[in-house]
Amino acid sequence: MAIHIVDRRLNPGSKSLENRQRFLRRAKALVQGAVKKSSEERDIRDVLEGGEVSIPLDGMHEPRFRREGGTRDMVLPGNKKFIEGDILPRSGEGGGGRQSAPGTGDSEDAFRFVLSRDEFVDLFLDDLELPDLAKRKLAQAEGEGLERAGYATSGSPANISISRTVSRAMARRVALRRPRPETIAELEAELAEEADEERRAVLIAEIEALKAKARRIPFIDPIDIRYRRFETVPKPVAQAVMFCLMDVSGSMSEHMKDLAKRFYMLLYVFLTRRYRHVEIVFIRHTDRAEEVDEDTFFHGPASGGTLVSSALQAMNDIVRARFRPADWNIYAAQASDGDNSISDGEVAGRILTDMILPVSQFFAYLEVGEAGGHSFEMPDSSLWTLYERLRANGAPLSMRKVSDRSQIFPVFHDLFQRRGKQEKVAP
Amino acid sequence: MTAGRLFEGADWDFRTLQRIHDACEDVALSELGLDVYPNQIEVITAEQMLDAYSSVGMPLFYKHWSFGKHFAFHEASYRRGLMGLAYEIVINSSPCISYLMEENSATMQALVIAHAAFGHNHFFKNNYLFKQWTDADGILDYLEFAKTYVSQCEERHGRLAVEQTLDAAHALMSHGIDRYPGKKKLDLRAEEKRAGQRRLYEESEFNDLWRTVPTGPAKSDATLSVERRRRLLGLPQENLLYFLEKSAPRLQPWQRELLRVVRHIAQYFYPQSQTKVMNEGTATYVHYRIMTRLHEQGRISDGNFLEFLQSHTNVVFQPDFDDQRFSGFNPYALGFAIMQDIERIVTNPKDEDRDWFPDIAGKGDVMGILRDVWSNYRDESFINQFLSPRLMRQFRMFHLHDDPEERAGIKVDAIHDERGYRRVRRELSKQHDVGFIDANIEVVDVDLAGDRRLMLRHTVVKGAQLNEVDTKRVLQHLADLWTYDVSLTEVDATEKVMKEYVLHPRGVAAAA
Repeated sequence: MAIHIVDRRLNPGSKSLENRQRFLRRAKALVQGAVKKSSEERDIRDVLEGGEVSIPLDGMHEPRFRREGGTRDMVLPGNKKFIEGDILPRSGEGGGGRQSAPGTGDSEDAFRFVLSRDEFVDLFLDDLELPDLAKRKLAQAEGEGLERAGYATSGSPANISISRTVSRAMARRVALRRPRPETIAELEAELAEEADEERRAVLIAEIEALKAKARRIPFIDPIDIRYRRFETVPKPVAQAVMFCLMDVSGSMSEHMKDLAKRFYMLLYVFLTRRYRHVEIVFIRHTDRAEEVDEDTFFHGPASGGTLVSSALQAMNDIVRARFRPADWNIYAAQASDGDNSISDGEVAGRILTDMILPVSQFFAYLEVGEAGGHSFEMPDSSLWTLYERLRANGAPLSMRKVSDRSQIFPVFHDLFQRRGKQEKVAP
Repeated sequence: MTAGRLFEGADWDFRTLQRIHDACEDVALSELGLDVYPNQIEVITAEQMLDAYSSVGMPLFYKHWSFGKHFAFHEASYRRGLMGLAYEIVINSSPCISYLMEENSATMQALVIAHAAFGHNHFFKNNYLFKQWTDADGILDYLEFAKTYVSQCEERHGRLAVEQTLDAAHALMSHGIDRYPGKKKLDLRAEEKRAGQRRLYEESEFNDLWRTVPTGPAKSDATLSVERRRRLLGLPQENLLYFLEKSAPRLQPWQRELLRVVRHIAQYFYPQSQTKVMNEGTATYVHYRIMTRLHEQGRISDGNFLEFLQSHTNVVFQPDFDDQRFSGFNPYALGFAIMQDIERIVTNPKDEDRDWFPDIAGKGDVMGILRDVWSNYRDESFINQFLSPRLMRQFRMFHLHDDPEERAGIKVDAIHDERGYRRVRRELSKQHDVGFIDANIEVVDVDLAGDRRLMLRHTVVKGAQLNEVDTKRVLQHLADLWTYDVSLTEVDATEKVMKEYVLHPRGVAAAA
């Protein structure tokens, strides 16, 4: 009898991917809740690692007509000591054993499954939106770039692809059996030495035929010629730079730095989702500012007074020197405990409103407090007061206070939530 | 015959599979006299096996979120190691497709080929239920049609509308089955063709002007007598999906077609649910016979045969009721035990067996009798007929009667002794009777003169009422399809009404 053996292993996998996406779409609200909950418990480093989530079955339930209760009869195997007429107490351990009849199950109240990393991040960031993205998109001039796109039969002479043309010509010559010059030369040499007339006539005819054939089949024919083809493709400005500004003066504790770090990391993850290329610039400041690497930024010791304007000035200088606002989307996030010299307020405010805010997509100020302190009961610091005043004057600033790790996600969420079109970025 | 070992060790390639298949086929056809569909063996990966799990084992299926949910669930439990994967999946189609996992060792592949490609295959081809209810030649084409049709509907009518209709149809799936063969056998190929013709006809007949023609006063329904009305609607009707497809007043043609698709697929799986014990028993018995024979012929080495015996023993393991691992009767164990017992009765009966099974005891032709059994029984009748006292003693079966009214506790009604054999056997057979497994729900009437309410009735057996939460949800789906109110009354044997549900349509699913 005929039998077919088919190897299906190489078939495209993930046949059920579409069903899975439908399921996730349907359970979106539930899954999103679960994602947030599970991300709060995690370390920020693993927060975007995907993993198992658990959602309530409600809403994803597939109802059926099911019966329950009533009198039940069941036949079971493995009788040890019962005889007919025995009465077994219902709750007894040695009695009826497992008393739930099969079929009445389905009592699972939560549904656990595994999300991939991408699914997790998508859901986590789903209702977040880049600030003023619409405005910026319009403002972005999309440059045009050339990209190689194979070969063409026509084009400008500058674009002739020599290697391609020559190899095609050779293939054609071989296929049509064009006589090689060496062959003709050999025959002519033979002819020169040959004395026999009859043989000479044969050789001459042969040489003539070969020469004629070589003339008919050109060395390079126009049909061999290939040109390198280019296509123009739009190249959007897909790069962003993120400035992390942090006060590292003595008043900032490790806890506060940790809070700030978490915020920066989230912002970074968020930006990498949206832009192909994201640069980070770390600027730390005491009473003077410097650009440092990440490790120094978070862990390097520093001490001194506090002048916020120095950091703003540094950022401004760097923007001018390296990141043309036309080519870069500029994001800035500042973290501080709020201390600032009273005399510095005026300068800082001016730099911010005149130089930095006009070129930035988004400027967030995060005021970090000591653990245990309630964010809303912190007295307004000098920096907070300053920024508050600027905002009242219409500067697009986002600002929040946090004092606990668990507040970072909600704050981040708040800052970036999708907004109505008219609404400004700042809350 | 003895052409040397089929394989050595655990490795296999496609030539090995071919050799194994040929050797199994030789034993199956000449010694066991099996009659099978042509075989198609497909080697798949674990992920593809999970895929197949989520779409009820079928190689292709329409898209629906619930399959994604099942996939996610299976995947999670597989990853956590809560669940092993089956060694194979076999599809009742012609050619009969068996999926083998690539991880299986050569011995396991031999076991699985004997089990699925010959055991299940023979059962599918010969059992009367499968002959009556399924169309092995047409099923793959029909599934292909269903898949395309559903995606076309999604394009034309929107994914949401299609999803809502399918949700509702799935909820009613267990009550979308014809239980009694009335009309002709299902021919899925013709079905697919007719569906196409119906659509073509509708398109060719379409004329927008008909919409504008004023209709005269409708004939009064009140003049119809109850009897006549019920006859016109084909009531009472227990196939809820069929009834909706034919009689729901405001469904779109494509929605009716979707109900039809779900109904056909439910019908296709109907025989499988009532032959679990027999189907697995047959396959296990066949693989045991084939593997033993191959070992006797020297085509499987002793070591590989021990590997086989170990898996086989795991498959037919039946934990006791008080064991942690117990979850009901293992259909493999029960089916295999009864079939081996039949073999014993036929060849080497005791006096007791002669009393109980005068028809087959000592008849000698084991395969002839087993083939007859495989063709003409389903679980319920099979157990009722062939569960022997010896086997009841071996399993130490006993019957519990649990009446919630009885305060003292659960009563042991019968055990494996002379007085109890028949009662234990009858009860076990009843446990496998679909008539008792599914709730008995029927459409009894439609209030055509009044508010067009659809009236359902659940006949309560032994006091088991419907789960309230689920029932409301299912009825909600039903009401959405019917587009008018739906009521369900639960009635016990004495016609006493125990509970009544009334659901109003949400008016979304049928919004035209």
